[in-house]
Amino acid sequence: MTIPDTSPLDAAAPAATTPGTEAAAVVRGTAPAGTNTTGGSPQGSNARRRSGRRAPARRTLTYAVLVVGVSATLLPFVWMFLGAFKTQGELLRRPITWWPEQPTLENFSSWFNELQIGTFFLNSVVVAVFTVLGNLLFCSMVGYALAKMDFPGKRFLFLLVMVMLMVPGVVTFVPLFVMVSKLGLVSTYPALILPFLAAPMGVFLMRQFIMGIPDSLIEAARIDGAGELRTFLRIVMPLCGPPLATLGILTFLGSWNNFLWPLVVAQSEEMYTLPVALSLYSTGQNATDYGLLLAGSVLIITPIILLFVALQRYFIQGVAATGIK
Amino acid sequence: MATTNAPPAGTKPPAGTKNAGRPPARARVRTGQSRRRRNAITAWLFALPFVLIFGVFMLGPLLSSFLMSFTDFTSRDIENPFAVGFVGLEQYAALFRNPQFLHSVLNTAYFVVVGIPLTTILALALAVALNNGISRFRTAFRVGFYTPVVTSIVAVAVVWRFILQPDGLLNVILGWVGIAGPDWLNSTTWSMPALIMMAVWRNLGTLMIIFLAGLQAVPGDILEAAEVDGANAWQRFMKITLPMLRPTLLLGTVLLSVGFLQFFEEPFVMTKGGPLDSTLSVSYFTYNQFGFGKYGLASAASYVLFVAIALLSLLQFRALRSKD
Repeated sequence: MTIPDTSPLDAAAPAATTPGTEAAAVVRGTAPAGTNTTGGSPQGSNARRRSGRRAPARRTLTYAVLVVGVSATLLPFVWMFLGAFKTQGELLRRPITWWPEQPTLENFSSWFNELQIGTFFLNSVVVAVFTVLGNLLFCSMVGYALAKMDFPGKRFLFLLVMVMLMVPGVVTFVPLFVMVSKLGLVSTYPALILPFLAAPMGVFLMRQFIMGIPDSLIEAARIDGAGELRTFLRIVMPLCGPPLATLGILTFLGSWNNFLWPLVVAQSEEMYTLPVALSLYSTGQNATDYGLLLAGSVLIITPIILLFVALQRYFIQGVAATGIK
Repeated sequence: MATTNAPPAGTKPPAGTKNAGRPPARARVRTGQSRRRRNAITAWLFALPFVLIFGVFMLGPLLSSFLMSFTDFTSRDIENPFAVGFVGLEQYAALFRNPQFLHSVLNTAYFVVVGIPLTTILALALAVALNNGISRFRTAFRVGFYTPVVTSIVAVAVVWRFILQPDGLLNVILGWVGIAGPDWLNSTTWSMPALIMMAVWRNLGTLMIIFLAGLQAVPGDILEAAEVDGANAWQRFMKITLPMLRPTLLLGTVLLSVGFLQFFEEPFVMTKGGPLDSTLSVSYFTYNQFGFGKYGLASAASYVLFVAIALLSLLQFRALRSKD
């Protein structure tokens, strides 16, 4: 297998340094509405002026398509949030009701009182935080070595990273489970965290970005007598804000929503992460308590949606740059 | 490698390096080598944490899984993994004799073959709509379409299970236009379309963002020129935009296919693979065999999936390379 010269990530490196690339255009486009930062790209403003002037009907149609599409996309969320405040009786009643008739917090309170959601929440947070920190540190270190150092085995290491990018979790989880159980680590934080501490995607992202940092900058630091560690910490890392933000967000998202491995390895209730807890309750004896399940969904989704809305441009930049979820 | 003591014949020594006062060449070479070695050690030290984790938790399991697929490893062998029997290709043969596995392959293929074109066409339409003539609310639309992507599949699957009840929200809405909806999740015919619908909903945003990036790279002056030459919007789209977007389209669809091939959470939460295995995916089959303790068979099934994904990824690399 050969490594392609261009990759979706090549757009990632220049995105933060030179405007005018694909990714940069997307990022500019995500600036808050009203500031109209996309006016900088000529084709964008031309296209808009063109359709605005000549085809008001088409413009209306475009808006109609988007409004219908976005409503359909968001309807399940609206339904989830409204349903979480309905009583079980109202949820089962037909015809369906839209607005909760007797809004209740009971669905939420049973998560807190009977189902120890605090524990699951804490587990999810601990796993996500350590996974993010590990990835930021380890991926940027190896990314720096791959981008700016010459060493035997470099090409081979990079090739391995590329190959591992396409390995689905389902391939490794059986031996991983055997190993974890041999080590007596089933239902522990290390088992939940360690396998995700160094994602190939992160290495790829960091390497692509660090390659875009001028060699002269690094040479200058070396000539001034800085060692590699100092060059890395003082010169490279401070320049890596954008890719680190992207990597941190994508890793957090991946960890928060990760399911298969926690399902396999968190075998005692006090080690469940949020998705595992919800899935086991939703297929266990609580399977028909829709109020409870909808409230659980709301509790899992709300933190990540708040984070997304606050940092949406970085999320979207990450997707445009890496082409992954 | 600079191993010769003398400069190659025909090349002058660089200015400023007269032979007089110059240290012996051999010594220079040795310092060069030791510095190279020191640099190599530094580089590997930088790579070390990653290499350790990567080796132990990814590469090791990947290779063990491969080896395991040629053995009759079961959950009972965890105590003594090195005493298991080598069975050659027997697990793979058993796999392709297993009607449930074949069913799961067909289900996964159905999911990919129907789900990918649907998602692609819808995402392209939305990306074009967002790219053309929309200046206000652009961010709001983008955020709206992307919201399902960031949410946990498990959480949204719970909601969809509720929506897809026989008298649930979807069938109520279908009723407004006079369609009597089926009992989606309890019908062998409709369970898969229901999961596909949910997957399309969930993945639209990712693909739309990728396509939008591609669309913004289509040069405006070419479109302008075509318009001056009398090409209408549809012709401009078919003759200019679409051909220029081809690499992006290919990239997006392949990435999505790789994700779709691993289809697991939706059937796990919504249907348990049923009714009658109609939503059992290859990943789910692997998970089930693991649950039964049949680690050898599970590994073989996961490798079949891995090969499918690897082939698709290679296709992606090929496509990207031909972009230049």
